[in-house]
Amino acid sequence: MIDVIGINKRFNNKDVLIDVSATFKPGLVNMVIGKSGSGKTVLLKSLVGLHEVDSGVINFDSRDFTQLKHKDRTEIRKEVGMLFQGGALFDSATIEENVMYPLDMFTNLSRADKLKRANFCLDRVNLTGVNNLFPSEISGGMQKRAAIARAIALNPKYLFCDEPNSGLDPQTSIVIDNLIDEITREYGITTVVNTHDLNSVLSISDNVVFIHEGQSWWNGTKEELLKTDDDVINSFLYSSEIMKRLRKYNQ
Amino acid sequence: MNLLFHLGRYFVFVGKIFSKPEKHGIWFKQFAKEVYKLGVSSAGIIALVSLFIGAAITIQMAYNITSPLVPNYVISLTTRDTMLLEFSSTIICLVLAGKVGSSIASEIGTMRVTEQIDALEIMGINSSAFLVSPKVFAFVFFIPFLVIISMFVGIGGGWLSSFLTDALTVQDYTQGIQLFFIPYYVTYSVLKSIVFAFIIVSISAYQGYYVTGGALEVGRASTRAVVYSSVLVLLFDLILTQLLLS
Repeated sequence: MIDVIGINKRFNNKDVLIDVSATFKPGLVNMVIGKSGSGKTVLLKSLVGLHEVDSGVINFDSRDFTQLKHKDRTEIRKEVGMLFQGGALFDSATIEENVMYPLDMFTNLSRADKLKRANFCLDRVNLTGVNNLFPSEISGGMQKRAAIARAIALNPKYLFCDEPNSGLDPQTSIVIDNLIDEITREYGITTVVNTHDLNSVLSISDNVVFIHEGQSWWNGTKEELLKTDDDVINSFLYSSEIMKRLRKYNQ
Repeated sequence: MNLLFHLGRYFVFVGKIFSKPEKHGIWFKQFAKEVYKLGVSSAGIIALVSLFIGAAITIQMAYNITSPLVPNYVISLTTRDTMLLEFSSTIICLVLAGKVGSSIASEIGTMRVTEQIDALEIMGINSSAFLVSPKVFAFVFFIPFLVIISMFVGIGGGWLSSFLTDALTVQDYTQGIQLFFIPYYVTYSVLKSIVFAFIIVSISAYQGYYVTGGALEVGRASTRAVVYSSVLVLLFDLILTQLLLS
């Protein structure tokens, strides 16, 4: 479980995160939603230590990440998998090498065992026959799946996904969503997904945190989200034509 | 203030480069790759530049030394010492600042803007040590070979111009390059080039590592890498010459 308690972050005298608190439970898909520029990515990067928070507590199963030294943080990071917006695969390495990378760095497995694990992870994300291709030689959706395979290679306890569906067509987005959902439940991972894709929210989220102007504005389930009468949330939710029509239809 | 900020951050960055690598086996693999990428692949351009400059220096010397009081072998002696003292270390490193420096800055800069460096950090890997340290050691290790190749090929270029033109005879040229040879000039040149190699890689990597933004900023970082490392190579050329030759 990840507990975020009252974190604050400023960039160039501008408050980006203001007293943000949230709880992300294991085995559930926890989604962080909000408009572009609301602070979602800063929150996610703060959770994994890519940004240092100015104040507040981030507990990874009662271990306060903000107070840990570099060496102890490294131990937690070995339990973390992250799916970046653009995949962030190493473009000078093949897909197989990318997935084997964390295994090379942090395990003493034999090459055969590492290969077996890499193939297992690639199979798990339904990516076969691409082992020797470079990231630039496969599609965006395949890159995202390869990035998920790399993220789960070390059996992480925590999985962070930053806009996993950005730049993907609706069908491929559903494939990625389903993968995140399945992997989360299968391995009991604490998954935190940053998104503004409402289809993902309605499909796979268990817990939703709405960020507005750097604040944790609202927290609840997707069912509660659809029923809320909060104007800020409703203006975000029903800004697209399809959601407007859905609301009209439901009424 | 800005300069102090960058100086401080640069030294912290250099400190991180020298921290212990996560896995020595992987480090050595990276090191071997970088030796090829930064060093071996630069040998061709270095040989080409040295050949033509060696030939041109010889012709220019012959053109300028017209006094009957100065023997012809002085032309090749001067060519040799120019190659040994300045060209094969400083000028070659300026050429390499362009080739290697821009390549390092754009490679690391692209990794930064495409979040590949963040991905390394998330995995708990010291990205600066992992990415930059093999490059620094590889280039510092290989630069003496490039300098020596440049010396031989440059002097060979002079010989070729004496063979192909009537600037001076091959006999005069061969006699001149053997006269008054001071082996310390080679040591001096190699020592200088090692310092220059460190400057080129560390400055270029620093520029790439702290890029923010997109493709445009990566391009700018690449340009800055070449400009700053070239200026520092020239500055340290002066300092080292004073220290090592005076």
